[in-house]
Amino acid sequence: MSKFKESGKKETPAISTASLPDIVFMLLFFFMVTTTIRDVSLLVKVKTPVATEISKLEKKSLVSYIYVGPPVPKYSKIFGTEPRIQLNDQFAKVSDIPDFILAERAAREEAEIPFMVTSLKVDEFTKMQIVGEIKQELRKAAALHINYSSRKSVPNK
Amino acid sequence: MRKTPEIPSASMADIAFMLLIFFITATSMDVDSGLERVLPQMPPENQEQDDTPPIKERNVFSVLLDANNRLMVEGELMRVEYLREKTKEFLTNPNNIESLPETKTTEIPLLGSFEVTKGVISLRNDHGTQYGMYINVQNELVAAVNEVRNELSTRKFGKRYDDLTSEQKEAIRDAIPSRISEAEPKTIGGKK
Repeated sequence: MSKFKESGKKETPAISTASLPDIVFMLLFFFMVTTTIRDVSLLVKVKTPVATEISKLEKKSLVSYIYVGPPVPKYSKIFGTEPRIQLNDQFAKVSDIPDFILAERAAREEAEIPFMVTSLKVDEFTKMQIVGEIKQELRKAAALHINYSSRKSVPNK
Repeated sequence: MRKTPEIPSASMADIAFMLLIFFITATSMDVDSGLERVLPQMPPENQEQDDTPPIKERNVFSVLLDANNRLMVEGELMRVEYLREKTKEFLTNPNNIESLPETKTTEIPLLGSFEVTKGVISLRNDHGTQYGMYINVQNELVAAVNEVRNELSTRKFGKRYDDLTSEQKEAIRDAIPSRISEAEPKTIGGKK
């Protein structure tokens, strides 16, 4: 008889679950590192335009966001369908922007202020008037570094 | 000696799963990116008179966008697809044509003397222009500048602009300045 012949009845061994926590922890760390927790719920619908010459926003903590677009269906009864500005968690007027910028600056360290960027997340069907007014306000508030948020498109399609 | 009892680790996976699910739902994976621009400084309020010398007609590349998203470049209607080539021609002026901008010979470190263009791109939009179209045009203008820079850096350093060292980048930026100026928008036609 062969030495290697197994004796007794064969049973499929149960898969060891001892390494399951390790696997899950690995996934957990991945998501914890890549995560940026959504801090605002969007009140306006924003579909950013496409562009090719885009650059990434490096330091997310230094970015302030201004959203412009038509209100989401839930609010369109009250606020209409014309594009509106959203700052933080509420609708705002153009004249609120300098205060918003000042508040954003106050929340950062002084050394970081020169590197702050304002990201304009504007719906592609918005008329330029509102964008022009926002730009004027940003110039008045000396928040000159802006980023027109856009999606990457394939160049030379 | 008493043996310390082992902490059961069977529920570890459950705890980890709970955390995992929280982070998965809270995650937004989209990378924020966009066209980067720097707005011009607000002029000081006491400065009424504009004492900068007027820019010559040939040095200005006028790009107009109207309320119906039509594009007019140097006085003629144009499709966005052709804007990039036209802008590149304006920025480089390869054949020294009279109507294209003048150049000024400047000494630039790493590049030697270089014919720096005096051209300025002037972009004006209407209040009724669509934002998507505006970004489209901005993108083409920035793309034209980037392409010209890339061509120069490939010729001089044999590398793409993005791969250069910071001194080399600065030299290229000096040689090919990106002067896109935006005029105050006007309401010309169409409803607000």
